[in-house]
Amino acid sequence: MKYWASVAALLVLAVVVALAPTNDYFFYAAFVVLQFVVLATAWNILGGYAGYVNFGAGAFFAIGAYTAVVLFKSIGAPLAVQIVAGAAVSALLGFGVGLLTLRLRGIFFAIATVAVTFVLETMMINWRYVGGATGLQLVRPPVELFGTYTRMLFVVMAIVALAAVSVARYVQDSWIGRGLRAIRDSEEAAECSGVPTLKLKLFACTISGALMGAAGAPMPMYLAFIEPASSFSLNYSVSALAMPMIGGTAHWIGPVLGALLLATIQQVVTVTISGEINVLVIGVLLVVFVVAAPDGVLGLFKRWLRSSR
Amino acid sequence: MIFSLDLLTEALIFGVLLGCFYAAVSIGLSVSFGLLDVPNVAHPAVMVFGSYLTFVLTGYGLDPIVAGVLLMPAFFVLGVLIYRFYYESFEKRGSEAGVRGLAFFFGVAFIIEIGLILGFGVDQRSVQAAYIGSSWALGDYRIPYRMLVAFGVALVLTFGLTLYLARTFTGRAIKAVAQDEPALRLMGANPVRIKQWAFGIATGVSALAGAMLIIVSPVEPAMDRLYIGRTFCVVVLAGLGSMTGTLAAGLILGVSESIVLMFLGASWAPAVAFGLLLIALGVRPQGLFGR
Amino acid sequence: MAALLQISSVSKHFGGFTALAEVSLAIGEGERFGLIGPNGSGKTTLINCVSGSLRNESGSIVFNGEEVSRLPAYVRTRRGIARSFQIPRPFRTMSVLENLLVPSAYVAHLKDVDAEAQARDILRRIGLADKADTPSSALSQVELRKLELARAMAARPKLLISDETMAGLSGAEVEEMLKILFALNEAGITIIMIEHIMQAVMRFSQRVVCLDAGRIICEGTPASIVQNPDVQKAYLGA
Repeated sequence: MKYWASVAALLVLAVVVALAPTNDYFFYAAFVVLQFVVLATAWNILGGYAGYVNFGAGAFFAIGAYTAVVLFKSIGAPLAVQIVAGAAVSALLGFGVGLLTLRLRGIFFAIATVAVTFVLETMMINWRYVGGATGLQLVRPPVELFGTYTRMLFVVMAIVALAAVSVARYVQDSWIGRGLRAIRDSEEAAECSGVPTLKLKLFACTISGALMGAAGAPMPMYLAFIEPASSFSLNYSVSALAMPMIGGTAHWIGPVLGALLLATIQQVVTVTISGEINVLVIGVLLVVFVVAAPDGVLGLFKRWLRSSR
Repeated sequence: MIFSLDLLTEALIFGVLLGCFYAAVSIGLSVSFGLLDVPNVAHPAVMVFGSYLTFVLTGYGLDPIVAGVLLMPAFFVLGVLIYRFYYESFEKRGSEAGVRGLAFFFGVAFIIEIGLILGFGVDQRSVQAAYIGSSWALGDYRIPYRMLVAFGVALVLTFGLTLYLARTFTGRAIKAVAQDEPALRLMGANPVRIKQWAFGIATGVSALAGAMLIIVSPVEPAMDRLYIGRTFCVVVLAGLGSMTGTLAAGLILGVSESIVLMFLGASWAPAVAFGLLLIALGVRPQGLFGR
Repeated sequence: MAALLQISSVSKHFGGFTALAEVSLAIGEGERFGLIGPNGSGKTTLINCVSGSLRNESGSIVFNGEEVSRLPAYVRTRRGIARSFQIPRPFRTMSVLENLLVPSAYVAHLKDVDAEAQARDILRRIGLADKADTPSSALSQVELRKLELARAMAARPKLLISDETMAGLSGAEVEEMLKILFALNEAGITIIMIEHIMQAVMRFSQRVVCLDAGRIICEGTPASIVQNPDVQKAYLGA
């Protein structure tokens, strides 16, 4: 109950902030941070809970974006429909990739996600309807609520983020989560303990894909533009992996922490130093944490709590 | 799309040459992933790093192949260090390492890629040599000299490594450690030092592979991801741990890619490797010669 | 007495290597069955085929009247086949109790309250009750072996396969494990024991089968097996 009360409170807060005369830049930045919260949370459902590493979050993210574009361009679909459709298509993608490779060792699933990124980016580059390599400009529809489109997107993204975290929390605390953890700890023993490993992995992969698609779907409206290079950017794939691993993969709070931390660092570094250095920093932090602090910031915090008793 | 026997033959010839090149490029991974079971997704990135170092050295007037050979000892040391680090941080700690090991190598690959972008920019780099640019006229077909050079080096590399693993004491120890580590330990050999040595060799070979890469075509930092597809395709198709299989699998990939390139165009050729990999994993995951 | 487990002409190859060659066995309900053989003879491969970790290429495995050789391992567990692993595979990030909650939820389909009660009961019977909330990564070898058995028990099996549970244990520890297995058998569980510790197998089993190079070379009572020259040759070499 405490959880849902917090969710309601955060939602109200988001709306209040959006209606207040806050600086517009805040919403641009906050949207991006929230997007990463969703990506990191989504990644963790398969990567953290079940132990199957997705190297291609960018593909699922981009497919959500491109689905939104197709629906917007063809039938002028409203944002909510775009998001649901983006989630559905990415879910299908997750299911497909999972079906092909989740029977095999984790490394082959990981490589399959690289493959998917490659193939899909090539397809989008060659698809005129969505602008091909040069991309497509989009005209945002007018908005009454919240004044500017960006403010509205901020609230929408806040809702998606809260939904994503709630889904992750549900999976984690349910018997599904226990099964996924068993798979992660010892897949063979899990199978022999009655856990339907393939079904659970497929489920996690599908949900993970769906949420990544939901994160990507509002992107074209946010930028009023879409193109393959930035949609399939390596930054999304690396961040989706780095944020949970740095924040902590055992609990749904980890990816949120990781996203908030890293997205903030990213903003600071990009503005003060450069875009590439920013991405390098993420990579270095990933390696440092994977080696030295495998339980992430959450783990460090728990250890600090224990030692200060 | 005009289908002609001539075009097909040219595609086949090019495919065979390309295939041997792919085999040589993948042989390091056959050792590090196929034999040692290290989830080394950074292998192609290290190779691309080798390509760029070759580029730098050719700036001093060195022939690219010579540069590649000169880089091999340095890369051997690099490989030993990477394996040691991986072993101490992950392998020692047991099965928990799966996700983290993978994330580690992904992080390393990523750092290399971004490092190369920062150092050299995103544009393509290429090298000059006497054999780059001109072709050998064989009847009606034109075979680029650079492909022949890469083909030659590839054969030497592949056979050399296969012989090494089959004939020398250390080589056989490497194959032994892949099959039965406890038995090896009982015989008094230190598996960690053997694996270290093997990983060093695999990385050293990547230096020369990187030189060949930049001879065959211009390189750019993002190529490592493309080559993840190609190298893993070859290694899986061959069957993990099979050196001879690597050559056969390389040829299959090379010819398939060449045909797709000829008849469907350049944008689809890279997808062939990933497609073949997915098919191999789905239909016959133990590969053609797998153990 | 109809066989609980009927293995007929089961074969398994790994590349060119034949791990199992036309193995046939029948195990009756409630039986205490011993499986012995030198290293590499195919014992673990056989039980992997029975439990579903591996698929046999030919032959049939009928459990409780149902052909199971095409079923995934988790389905077989739900049908009543449970096994422990030679090298213990605990769910490391979980406590001892939580380890048992996995099969409770997935096989016995118990709700949390009942699952926990059953788990604690099993832990008490097996002697791990005071370790219920300890992380499984902190257990000693013996405790890990017990956890393997406990986890198999939480799946409420009809058939329990114990794979070298006693390897490397002291005499007193072997006694402990034997007591647990006897008690389980009293409660109605059919048990297949794979062991190298001869005195344990001989005391425990009603019937013993010896495998060598993927084939059954001898079958009979413990007394007759021990005297069999083929068995002695298999263990001591030609």
